[in-house]
Amino acid sequence: MNWRAIWTIYKHEMSRTRRTLAQSVVSPVISTCLYFVVFGSAIGSRITEIEGVSYGAFIVPGMIMLSLRPLSVTNASFGIYFPKFTGTIYELLSAPISFIEIVIGYVGAAATKSTCLALIMLATAHLFVPLEILHPFWMLLFMVLTATTFSLLGFIIGIWAINFEQLQIIPLLVITPLAFLGGTFYSITMLPPTWQTVSLFNPVVYLVSGFRWSFYEISDVSVGVSLGMIAVFLGTCLIVVWYIFKTGYRLKS
Amino acid sequence: MMISVSHLSKTYDDGFQALKGIDLEIGRGEIFALLGPNGAGKTTLISVICGIVTPSGGRVTVDGHDIISNYRATRSLIGLVPQELTTDAFETVGHVVRFSRGLFGKKPDAAHIEKVLKDLSLWDRRDNQIMTLSGGMKRRVMIAKALAHEPRVLFLDEPTAGVDVELRKEMWQVVHDLRASGVTIILTTHYIEEAEEIADRVAVINHGEIILVEDKAELMRKLGKKQLELELHATLKAVPKKLSQHDLVLAADGLRLIYTYDTHAERTGITALLKDLHEAGIRFRDLQTTQSSLEEIFVSLVRSEP
Ligand SMILES: Nc1ncnc2c1ncn2[C@@H]1O[C@H](COP(=O)(O)OP(=O)(O)OP(=O)(O)O)[C@@H](O)[C@H]1O
Ligand SMILES: [Mg+2]
Repeated sequence: MNWRAIWTIYKHEMSRTRRTLAQSVVSPVISTCLYFVVFGSAIGSRITEIEGVSYGAFIVPGMIMLSLRPLSVTNASFGIYFPKFTGTIYELLSAPISFIEIVIGYVGAAATKSTCLALIMLATAHLFVPLEILHPFWMLLFMVLTATTFSLLGFIIGIWAINFEQLQIIPLLVITPLAFLGGTFYSITMLPPTWQTVSLFNPVVYLVSGFRWSFYEISDVSVGVSLGMIAVFLGTCLIVVWYIFKTGYRLKS
Repeated sequence: MMISVSHLSKTYDDGFQALKGIDLEIGRGEIFALLGPNGAGKTTLISVICGIVTPSGGRVTVDGHDIISNYRATRSLIGLVPQELTTDAFETVGHVVRFSRGLFGKKPDAAHIEKVLKDLSLWDRRDNQIMTLSGGMKRRVMIAKALAHEPRVLFLDEPTAGVDVELRKEMWQVVHDLRASGVTIILTTHYIEEAEEIADRVAVINHGEIILVEDKAELMRKLGKKQLELELHATLKAVPKKLSQHDLVLAADGLRLIYTYDTHAERTGITALLKDLHEAGIRFRDLQTTQSSLEEIFVSLVRSEP
C-alpha cells in the first residue's frame, strides 16, 4: 500500500473544501433551520408525536440522512470528475498507485466531509429540539457507513459521467425520490399496506430506519436487517468500482 | 537498457491502430528524440510506457521491470510532462508540485522542491494560483511536477510548444543538468532542428511505425554530405578513366556529372576534381551544389510511407 499517496490525495481533497469552508458549513446549517421551520413547525403542530417521540425530534435522523446522502454523492463525484475534466487525471494514472488507493483517497475524503457536515447539522438540530441519542456509537457507525456507501456511489457516477449534466442527473433522478419515499419524515407504518411493501425495496428505508433506531430505539425494520442491507449496498458499489478499475472503464483507452 | 520496447502495438477502441509493432531500445542516461508528424503515435507510445494507455500487444520494460506486472517500480522511475497543459487552476504552484511528489509516495522534501522551483524560475511564484500564470509559466509548472519525485526517466511530450526562446534555453539547461545526473530523457518533437540541438539519438516515427533510429552524429554525417552537379557541354558515355579516383556518377542522360563529398572532411577534393576535368578536356556550362538536409531525409522517409 502506498499510504503516502493515499494521504496526499486525501489531504488534497480536504484542502479543496477548506477553500470553500464558509459555504460548506453555512448551507447545512441553513437547511437544517428550514426543515425545522417547515416540517417541525407546520406539520409538527398537527402531528405531535410518533411512537412516543416528539415529531420535531423524530425527523432529525431522517433529515440528517436526507442531506448526508446527496452531499456524499456530490463530494465524491465532483472529486474524481474534476481531474477527468481538467485532464490532471494523467497524474493519477501514471503514478505508482493502485486503483484501490485512489478510491480510498477520494472516497475517504468525500465521506469525511459529509460526515462532518452531518455532525454540524446534528448540532444545529440540537438548538431546536432536545435530542437524546441512545446509541451514539451505532449512530456514528450508521452515519459513516452511509457516507462511505454514497461516496462510493458518487465516485462511480463521477467516473461514468462524461459531462456536467450526467454528473447531476443521477442524484436528481434517483437519490432524491428514494430519499423522500424512504421514511424520512414519517414512519413507513403510516403508509397504506401496498406502499409499505413497495418501500421495502427502497434501500434508503433501511438506512433511515437503522439510523433512527440508534437515536430512539424505534425502527421500521430490525437493526440487523438495516445493517445487512447497507452491507449489500456497499458490497455492490465495491464490486462496480473494482470492475471499473480492472477494465479501466472511462479512465484509460 | 533503460527502456526496452518490443512488438508494442496499440489499437484504440474505435479500431484505429496507432502503434504497429514498435521495437525500441533507449539507453541509460541518453537524450532520445522521437521525431514525427502529427498523429504519428508519439503521444500514444509515451502514454503506454507511463501507464495512461493500455497496450494491445507487446511488452515494455523500464529498468528491467515490466510496466504491467511491476507498474509500481516502473512508474516510480518515470516523470511525465504531457503535451497538454493540464493543471488545477485554483491551486498554488507549491501545492501542486508537493502533491505530485506525495502521489509518487515520496517523503516531503522542502529542499528538493525548492531546488526544482528555483531551476525553473518558479520560486517567486510558489504561492501564486496557477490560473494567474502565463502559458509558458504553466509549462514550467508541468515540468516541476514531473521532477518533484526525482525521476530517473523523464518524458517530455512536445516541451517547446508555445515556449519562447528564453524558456527553451532554460529548459535545455535543465535537461542537460538532469542528464549529467544520469537521468534518461525522452522528448518528442515535430522539429528536426530541435532533435539536432539536444538529442543523442533520434527515432523517426510515422503512422505508428519507427522508420529510423540513428545516432545524431550519424545523421549529421548524412546531413554533411553535399553534391556538386556539373552540367556538361557534350554528352559522355562513361566517366573517363582519368577521373576514376574521384567519386563521380554520370547521370542517365550523359549530360551531368555528380560529385558527392563530405563538407566536414579536411579536403573536399573539389580543386583536384576541377583540375582533372580541365586536363581531361571536359567543359561544363553550369554547376550547382545541393545538400541533403535532415529535413529532406525526414520528408523523404515520411513520404515513402504508404
Ligand atoms: N483515444 C483515442 N481514440 C482513438 N484514436 C486515438 C486516440 N488517441 C489518439 N488517437 C489516434 O492515434 C493516432 C496517434 O495519436 P498520437 O496522439 O499518439 O499522435 P502524436 O504523434 O502524438 O501526434 P501530435 O504530434 O499531433 O501530438 C492519431 O491518429 C490519433 O487520432
Ligand atoms: Mg502528441
